[in-house]
Amino acid sequence: MSEILVLVEQVEGQVKKVTLELLTLARKLGTPSAVWAGPGYSPEAKAKLAEYGAETIYVADSAEIGDYVVAPKAELLAQLVSDKSPAAVLVAATAEAKEIAGRLAIKIDSGVLTDVVGLQDGLVADQSIFGGGVNVQSRVTKGTPIVAVRPNATPVEAAAGAGAEEQVSVAVSAAAKAARIVERVKEEKGARPELTEAAIVVSGGRGVGSAENFSIIEKLADSLGAAVGASRAATDAGWYPHQFQVGQTGKTVSPQLYIAAGISGAIQHRAGMQTAKTIIAINKDPEAPIFELADFGVVGDLHQVVPQLTDEIAKRK
Amino acid sequence: MNIVVCVKQVPDTATERKLRSDDKTLDRDAADGVINELCEYAVEEALRLKEAHGGEVTVLTMGPDKAGETIRKALAMGADKAVHLVDDALHGSDALGTSYALAQTLKKIGFDLVVLGSESTDARTGVLAAMLAERLDVPQLTFANKVEVAGKGTITIQRVTDYGYDKVEATLPAVVSVVEKINEPRYPSFKGIMAAKKKPVEKLGVADAEIDASKVGLANSWSEVADFAVAPPRAAGTVVKDEGDGGVKTADFLASKKFV
Repeated sequence: MSEILVLVEQVEGQVKKVTLELLTLARKLGTPSAVWAGPGYSPEAKAKLAEYGAETIYVADSAEIGDYVVAPKAELLAQLVSDKSPAAVLVAATAEAKEIAGRLAIKIDSGVLTDVVGLQDGLVADQSIFGGGVNVQSRVTKGTPIVAVRPNATPVEAAAGAGAEEQVSVAVSAAAKAARIVERVKEEKGARPELTEAAIVVSGGRGVGSAENFSIIEKLADSLGAAVGASRAATDAGWYPHQFQVGQTGKTVSPQLYIAAGISGAIQHRAGMQTAKTIIAINKDPEAPIFELADFGVVGDLHQVVPQLTDEIAKRK
Repeated sequence: MNIVVCVKQVPDTATERKLRSDDKTLDRDAADGVINELCEYAVEEALRLKEAHGGEVTVLTMGPDKAGETIRKALAMGADKAVHLVDDALHGSDALGTSYALAQTLKKIGFDLVVLGSESTDARTGVLAAMLAERLDVPQLTFANKVEVAGKGTITIQRVTDYGYDKVEATLPAVVSVVEKINEPRYPSFKGIMAAKKKPVEKLGVADAEIDASKVGLANSWSEVADFAVAPPRAAGTVVKDEGDGGVKTADFLASKKFV
């Protein structure tokens, strides 16, 4: 079976779920090899990658890779593609990994597909475009296919791989050091899952009414182990930080369950969430377009419905 | 400072967006063309940087004649002049082809800073700025919600991340992409709209910009759309009115789907 490179997504050494999804997907198409780019590699990380099928783990455990914007990771992957001639390179369809994919595509003169939701034999990719309105099958026609796969698109299955380590030394070029990260500022609240990879997302909109009232949304999210999102109306009003905005100019999410509270469902918002598997809407306005998408909708005041729902979930646990 | 803002005309997301059945490219006639929203933020940021540091703002767009409408909008906001890369040979270019054509044009017209939106509402690939930085061999300062240029050509941005932001530093020339939080785009004034009519718009074809035609266009793309279909509409769900038990009913629904 041909080798497929999977770029590992990690936060402070913890392998993210989307990487396990990519390994699961890669196993169906060939032999997965994980690529660790940056500091923080550990026996735990190795065990996790092997548990989900990595036959080989290329380890570039270098602080330097993480100190500059995107370019060093693209250089590392380009070097591996040249050395190993894989059948494809898979990355997560996150903002940064898509940029890595873009730069890699130019370095190795290969096509790149982004926001892929499925991958068939022959590396034919399914994409969902125009906010979920059109389903596309596409493929790379030149070079080594580079595919950015959307988090939550692939069910995760464990299947042990050898997890053989191979150290990779990478000399980051001067050009790749052009944009230097001088400080990292953490603003994320608490221990909630990351928005784009959460299985459940609870979002609040204009109907929430104030920054303080977002605690209602957060409590519901915590009862479900969910991430919190917000509509543009809510982030524009300053009620919730911008990086949690779901929509056309914010994040795209495809969770198993999406709960929209006090969100009317303007195109701006729908473009970021309508590929969720199950959608629940809570809104005072029975005419709100969000109800057209919802599998289950409640016409009512979120300030009553959401706390009651949170209590009810607690009772049933 | 010589600032070039790349703008894109996209189909209005409020109208139905389609692919053409013949060559599977975007059907530009099916929907109204508007300036990509994040491009307005890019134009605004370029204008603010010019106002703070002096220089000139040039608008660059690639697209058919109709895409010239986006140039007018940016000129009316206050950009000084424009370059319109327009050639039938460019039709259907993918991200690699588009980034190549734009990079060639940027090399030709020169720049200290290239500013663009972090994503377009049609293709939504989010790769173009990174590709331009790679092709132009200049620093990549992308997903910025704040941009500062200091003396001696030092540029600092806040790069939005999942956990907050990274402070990123580089020297000019550079490529910057912006997110919507960065500013509030100005509305063109009547005076601005009138002035825009007199501003120079240079039209360049593939040969003018020294673009190798064998690297652009649908037939030379690095990827292809094999097939497409309109997604089936979501089946209508159940909608209930809250009569004091809306939360309980929602919990029942969640239980039926095994979420609780």
